[in-house]
Amino acid sequence: MPHTAVPRTAVPARAAAAVAARATDLSKVYGQGETRVVALDSVTVEFGRARFTAIMGPSGSGKSTLMHCMAGLDSVTGGSARIGDVELADLNDKQLTRLRRDRIGFIFQAFNLLPTLTALENITLPLDIAGRRPDKDWVGRVVETVGLSGRLAHRPAQLSGGQQQRVAVARALAAQPEIIFADEPTGNLDSRSGAEVLGFLRESVRAMDQTVVMVTHDPVAAGYADRVVFLADGRIVDELYEPTADAVLDRMRRFEAAGRAS
Amino acid sequence: MFRTALRNLLAHKARLMMTALAVLLGVAFVAGTLIFSDSVGEAVKNASARNLKDVAVSVQAVYGPDRPGGEGKDGKRATALDDRLADRIRALPGVAGVRSDVTGQATVAARGDGHPIGNGWQNRAANYQPGPGGDDPRYPLVRGRGPARADEVALARSTADAAGYRLGDPVRLATDGPVLTKKLVGIVASDDPAVTAGGSLTLFDTATAQRLYLHPGQFDELVVAAAPGTDQEALTAKVAALLPADRATATSGRELAAEQARRIADQNHALSQTLLTFAGIALFVGVFIIANTFTMLISQRTREIALLRAVGASRRQVVRSVLVEAGLLGLLSSAVGFGLGAGIAVGLRAVLASQGAGFPDGPVVISPSAVAASLAVGVGVTVLAAWLPSRKAARIAPVEALSTVDAPPTPRSLVFRNVLGGVLTTLGVAVMLWVSTLTGGDNLPLAMGGSMLTLIGMIVLAPLLSRPLVSLAGLVTTRLFGVGGKLAKENALRNPRRTAATGSALMIGLTLITGLTVAGHSSQLALDRMAAAGLTADYKISTSTGTGLDPQRSAAVARVPGVAATAPLRGAGYTVQGGGSGPDGGFGYVHGTDLDQIGKVTALTVTQGSLAAVRSGGIAVSETGAKEHGWRAGDTVALTFYDKKTVTVRVGAVYADNPVLGESFAGTALVDPHLDRLRDDELLVKARDGGSAALAGRIRAALGDSPLLKIQDHNDLRKETAGQIDTMVYMIYGLLGMAVVIAVVGVVNTLAMSVFERTREIGMLRAIGLSRAGVKRMVRLESVVISLFGAVLGIGVGIFLAWAGGKLVGSSFATYRMVLPWDRLGLFLLLALVVGVLAALWPARRAARLNMLEAIGAH
Repeated sequence: MPHTAVPRTAVPARAAAAVAARATDLSKVYGQGETRVVALDSVTVEFGRARFTAIMGPSGSGKSTLMHCMAGLDSVTGGSARIGDVELADLNDKQLTRLRRDRIGFIFQAFNLLPTLTALENITLPLDIAGRRPDKDWVGRVVETVGLSGRLAHRPAQLSGGQQQRVAVARALAAQPEIIFADEPTGNLDSRSGAEVLGFLRESVRAMDQTVVMVTHDPVAAGYADRVVFLADGRIVDELYEPTADAVLDRMRRFEAAGRAS
Repeated sequence: MFRTALRNLLAHKARLMMTALAVLLGVAFVAGTLIFSDSVGEAVKNASARNLKDVAVSVQAVYGPDRPGGEGKDGKRATALDDRLADRIRALPGVAGVRSDVTGQATVAARGDGHPIGNGWQNRAANYQPGPGGDDPRYPLVRGRGPARADEVALARSTADAAGYRLGDPVRLATDGPVLTKKLVGIVASDDPAVTAGGSLTLFDTATAQRLYLHPGQFDELVVAAAPGTDQEALTAKVAALLPADRATATSGRELAAEQARRIADQNHALSQTLLTFAGIALFVGVFIIANTFTMLISQRTREIALLRAVGASRRQVVRSVLVEAGLLGLLSSAVGFGLGAGIAVGLRAVLASQGAGFPDGPVVISPSAVAASLAVGVGVTVLAAWLPSRKAARIAPVEALSTVDAPPTPRSLVFRNVLGGVLTTLGVAVMLWVSTLTGGDNLPLAMGGSMLTLIGMIVLAPLLSRPLVSLAGLVTTRLFGVGGKLAKENALRNPRRTAATGSALMIGLTLITGLTVAGHSSQLALDRMAAAGLTADYKISTSTGTGLDPQRSAAVARVPGVAATAPLRGAGYTVQGGGSGPDGGFGYVHGTDLDQIGKVTALTVTQGSLAAVRSGGIAVSETGAKEHGWRAGDTVALTFYDKKTVTVRVGAVYADNPVLGESFAGTALVDPHLDRLRDDELLVKARDGGSAALAGRIRAALGDSPLLKIQDHNDLRKETAGQIDTMVYMIYGLLGMAVVIAVVGVVNTLAMSVFERTREIGMLRAIGLSRAGVKRMVRLESVVISLFGAVLGIGVGIFLAWAGGKLVGSSFATYRMVLPWDRLGLFLLLALVVGVLAALWPARRAARLNMLEAIGAH
């Protein structure tokens, strides 16, 4: 098994002082008996504050499951998942919902927006749900950053796919959450729109000190991150700091080759 | 393609459930009505056949042509049927026996409080005719023996039970005159239709019955039984030859049976027509739900259908597949609905029987035609409702199978629909505005046509109206519930056709209910005003049979301590023969009364002439009557009464319209000579110190304490008239209830569809922090908004239709004025709100329970 060769201590080595979210021995098992599938196998990982982390891995590696568990969308089987100092396993459904509402932002691959609301209404939706008054200056700045100023009154159907995804980014940023989880945010976009969206995400980390965790299988997308964590068969197998697309691709090839060899 | 249809049906079981329920309920209503009317019709027919079993020929007395009721001045009929005639018929060859029947009315007073037993107009009395064995085969004895003496009586078992009499008890009863007390010697069984229908039956010995209703030795009917093998028609002809011309008729038993069957069928037909009308309304409402479901199923299946088209299915095959699916759904639901309908029929009969409607017993009859009609209606309605959506399926192009994105269907333009709706509504409103200027019941079909046009126009316009109305409701929900309220509004607006169809289903029911409520309430208030209007007396006394009071006895009421004044009213009809400026031949009705007292018991305002002129042999006429006949005070007019005598009188006074006095009145001296029988139709009594229970009791005693007596104060009068309207209104509420239930099913259906379609949206909302409670609230508010939309439209249209059509009904009584029962209308709105919340229960729970991750990933 090649991943056992990766020293575990390497993972937290460069994690800076502040940690936004942390998984410790996190396990997730689906089904029972014959149909038992271990999606996450004792994963321990930290996501640094004001960092852009990408989670990579082939299909079925558990990368989406890890994100879902960390974001309080799915329950865990064992171990601990924390946002800040909050242990998610201790929360009931209501508290989890509140946590997602107040402290987490989401960007999905598709279908991020309510078709009945305008772009602006979609952006402020989490704030409206929470009954919080949006910080006008902040929202203005976010909207300007993602370049949607002229399209705020449009409905999603009147926007291109790239524009819709930018609205989704703006929505995630508008509430100033502690951490944003993005699930294949560029999966449905052409490369130019994808680059724009990724650029905004990186910009939000640089300029706004936002924390972003992104699941992707696209090495180019991962190249925008500060750090890439590689998953295979439900375990963390490697990581890479300040990656480039080529470096990521190279690393991926190595896993695949190793996977075939094993 | 049949297999495709079947597979689709099975694949969407859950989603088709609500649609199936709508069809099922409608069909159950239809089937219930058909089975009920078949069963009751059959039972009544059997009962009357049993009754006519031994009748070969019936000889019935013809009463004098100048005396329609046949009663002479003494209240007794004179007939040409006597024992001599009966003997001559008995002597005819082929005659096995002759019954000589006396029939009349008798009202039995209950043992305790003396209240009248039975239903007023079907309280039969007859003569007990002992045969050779001493018993009367027509009335088999249950206990005791038949009445043989003047002071004895027998009662039907149901009558005795209802009144609480046992053998040997003194029975108090009244035929027409004073109260009679006779000893109960026998209790009989009877399958007389009048008795099984809730009436009472009293039996006297023949001589007593003749003394009470006829003259000694006379009969109302001779019933001839034939020996076996005798030809009924031939015997009838022979019997007819014996009868004195114009005084009696002979009818064969077969003909009587046919006539009775026809009459029963007619009555039954009227009842089932009424019920079927409401079943039709329920099914009409169901159409919206079925159409909604199929529209959604087809838009969900777009790609599938495009694939079928791509691999070579023709448009026609696609349409047929959808229609076959609808047909199968219709058939299944109708079959279950039919079963439910049979249950309803049995239940309805039991409920009506417990209310005293008294249908004869009999088995439940399920005729093949009822089965066929119910299934045909269910399948027909479902296929018809699916027809428009199936056209839409046919327009799906094969290329849509290849599209990879779930493009939201571009909404079709509503322009054509809006224009059509505008035209229909305008036409309907125009007709109704015209109707509002008309009076008289003849225009009822026009008003119904106009109402239908307006309602259908509004249904077509509903998508257009949904935007402003739902937005308005959305303002409130957004204000109260924040973003959840806003999302609910937006969701309701998303598919105007669907929201409109759902709201329309509710609108139809509420339009009818509101229209009925407003018209009913207004009529009730009008009747209220009329019941006591013009009456200053404390009591109005009459009899429940309408036969009137003996004047000698009512004169005694004036001497009862505490009575200040009394005045009788004795009605007589007349034809105008001349005088005044109006045309001859007009009909009128004059009340003979005590002219010295009438002013004390009614609010009499003389506007022309004087009461003194009436006292000196004149007639007083109401303003309306004067206008109609073209009379003025001082005119001399010729009136022909029903006894064909013509009198010339002077119009002494014209008075302001007064419902108690009616069209005209005069002194008793003028009217009495023309009356068949001297009876007081009504007696008006003014009390010295207002009415009291003690005074009413004393008056009742003075009048002989007959169970027929109706002594009513203002409150009773009001209740009597208004109560009938209330009963009717509540009955129709019940019948319209089914339409409302189906509409509610429609709301559930729409919400379930919406939740299903928005699975991913709901998952996303949950992910970004909308709580389960928030999701529930959102669905619930959408439901409430749609329900209120339907309710507001329905109440609005209902009020308009009641306003425009009300005058047709109202013109029959002058005191009619439209009054809006705000409390009830408010209650309807509140009910719509509750309906909205209830309809959302299940869909909201489903939405809240969606697995977030699956929902986000759902396609």
